[in-house]
Amino acid sequence: MNAASRFVERGDVLSWGRVVRRPQRLARPHFADELPALLDDPAATDSLLAIGLRRSYGDSGLNSEGAVIDMTGLDHFIAFDAGTGLLRAEAGVSLSQVLQLVVPKGWFLPTTPGTRFVTLGGAVANDVHGKNHHRAGSMGCHVTRLGLLRGDGERLELSPEENAGLFAATIGGLGLTGVIEWVELKLAKIGSAFLDVEIIPYGSLDEFWALAEESTERFEHTVAWADCMPAGRGRGVFSRANWTYEGDYKAHGDRAWKNMPVDLPGFTLNKLSVSAFNEFYFRAHRWKAGRVRQHYSVFFYPLDAIHNWNRLYGKRGMLQFQCVVPWASARPAMDALMAAIAQSGQASFLTVLKTFGDIASPGLMSFPRPGATLALDFPNRGEETLALMGRLDAITREAGGALYPAKDGRMSREMFRLSFPRWEEFAQAKDPKMNSDFWRRMAA
Amino acid sequence: MSADKGSGTRIIILGATSGIAEATARIWAAQGGRLVLVARDGARAEAIAADLKVRGAEEADVVALDLAKADAAAELDAMVAKLGGLDIVLLAYGALGDQKTLETDPTAARALIETNFTSASAWCIAAANRFEAQKSGALLVIGSVAGDRGRQSNFIYGATKAGLAALVEGIAHRLAPTGARAVLIKPGFVDTPMTAAIPNKGALWAKPEAVGAIIARAAQKGRPVVYAPGFWRLIMLIVRNVPAAIFHKTKL
Repeated sequence: MNAASRFVERGDVLSWGRVVRRPQRLARPHFADELPALLDDPAATDSLLAIGLRRSYGDSGLNSEGAVIDMTGLDHFIAFDAGTGLLRAEAGVSLSQVLQLVVPKGWFLPTTPGTRFVTLGGAVANDVHGKNHHRAGSMGCHVTRLGLLRGDGERLELSPEENAGLFAATIGGLGLTGVIEWVELKLAKIGSAFLDVEIIPYGSLDEFWALAEESTERFEHTVAWADCMPAGRGRGVFSRANWTYEGDYKAHGDRAWKNMPVDLPGFTLNKLSVSAFNEFYFRAHRWKAGRVRQHYSVFFYPLDAIHNWNRLYGKRGMLQFQCVVPWASARPAMDALMAAIAQSGQASFLTVLKTFGDIASPGLMSFPRPGATLALDFPNRGEETLALMGRLDAITREAGGALYPAKDGRMSREMFRLSFPRWEEFAQAKDPKMNSDFWRRMAA
Repeated sequence: MSADKGSGTRIIILGATSGIAEATARIWAAQGGRLVLVARDGARAEAIAADLKVRGAEEADVVALDLAKADAAAELDAMVAKLGGLDIVLLAYGALGDQKTLETDPTAARALIETNFTSASAWCIAAANRFEAQKSGALLVIGSVAGDRGRQSNFIYGATKAGLAALVEGIAHRLAPTGARAVLIKPGFVDTPMTAAIPNKGALWAKPEAVGAIIARAAQKGRPVVYAPGFWRLIMLIVRNVPAAIFHKTKL
């Protein structure tokens, strides 16, 4: 490494799936004035990518041929109006930090993914969605302004009115339009830090569809855990919730109660153990079915209680698959996806099923769209796993669906282009200085 | 919000853009403290001040100043006049330097000693005089475990911190009868911008947030010398007591 470089070569910079293992040249600035020099750094001659807390599963947050800027040191709040709920903060501030600040003041994120360990920049770059998509749309729907540092050093402010084209490309733009320096977003008012949650075990996909349909109107948050092992295929646990006014505005604590300090052996998650877990999970929920008041950290972020839970999948890591299929083909497509998994003999440990609403994101490359989404994760067993995912791709494609880049590490170029019909428009807006391993695969 | 504890506490932070100082300031801000941030880089200090205000600081003002060259007593007086009093001073600035460069470049070595020891002493003495007169207040000074025993890899930096340790120890002794306090904080390895170039950080490395929490606690009560995290007290006890015959065979 060039002595004058501000980047350090690191072998321990992995994405959440832990499959791709290529050294990354990384710099971790703390102040916005450090960023321009990083654009001109010799290590960044090929390209740059700003990254956050590395919760993307595949290669969209890696840039092996250039350099990466770890934005988590840029974690300053800039302004917060507790009257209107308008928050402006540097892109490296995590959703967790936001909540610790705003929950005691009666505010919450407009929507949240299943982990709070995501930076604001990452949340915008992936246009993340949550359990309230049918009410709130994706994160990009609530971003009012953002600051973008382009590869040529130009600093721009983007909003739906100002530089609207670049704004649309940056929402869900995977960090490829420049370095997102700060984000301004509109928070949502809450009545307490707690939700009234209803847990409903169901026996078949038909029941899921019925539950989803009847819940959309009355519940702000809906999601289902689904069993796709042969023994319990189609069954699941539906949860739906609304914020309650009963309770205080207590933010979550910092500490996780468990850590996964090492990789578990690769065989830990197999057909038998996952089937057994599913049986246990289903029975446990059947037992506690009904209504319960839960703190937001329990309802939204159950897995955040175990740091590094991804190491459960062993040294070879895991492959995620998340697709969305439009309403017209949703039912047969979900049946086919579930059948393909059951037949494969492979085990998806954390399977999530949810319906999306029709609130459109401003993002050109936004993933959520009206229909149903299925998220799966498989321990990486090489060819065998990739073959299954190829079959899932085919079903998704047939159904006119799309794949989620944040969860991908292997989608084909063709699948990408079908998933994001405006990709050419996006490619025009992409900053020539920015690149990622994902984009190199998609654009090559 | 923990609004009462620490609310309105008047705090001056010398070297406010350091990673440890910022982590500590965030704790004081959440308690509603009134802070003056002193740093050479005014723009960076302004970014921190805005952040601290959002986090709950009643006030966060910036004084852009080269601490190593300033007239400590006069500047401190001016800041205190603006704050209308003083409860805590945190001295957090200092340079690590590169040992090899410092050994061959006497000008660089002198500059490091002047920054880390000479100028820091002037600020400590000025704060001590004020705290003694008002019979209250806490002077918190960031030293280093490197000051506990001179080692070939960083003894010039270590010597400046050892000098500062003796100074703060003496101030603590002097203030003891008055109710005011002086505390030397000795962080071990901390993952901050100052140490960003050191690769492969292992289990001994602490996050600045953890060290900040220890400093904020030390402002309230405790011993005059605080290791951060606490296990460094044991490590340094051992390091100090290794016989020279053995120590000299190591590459530490």
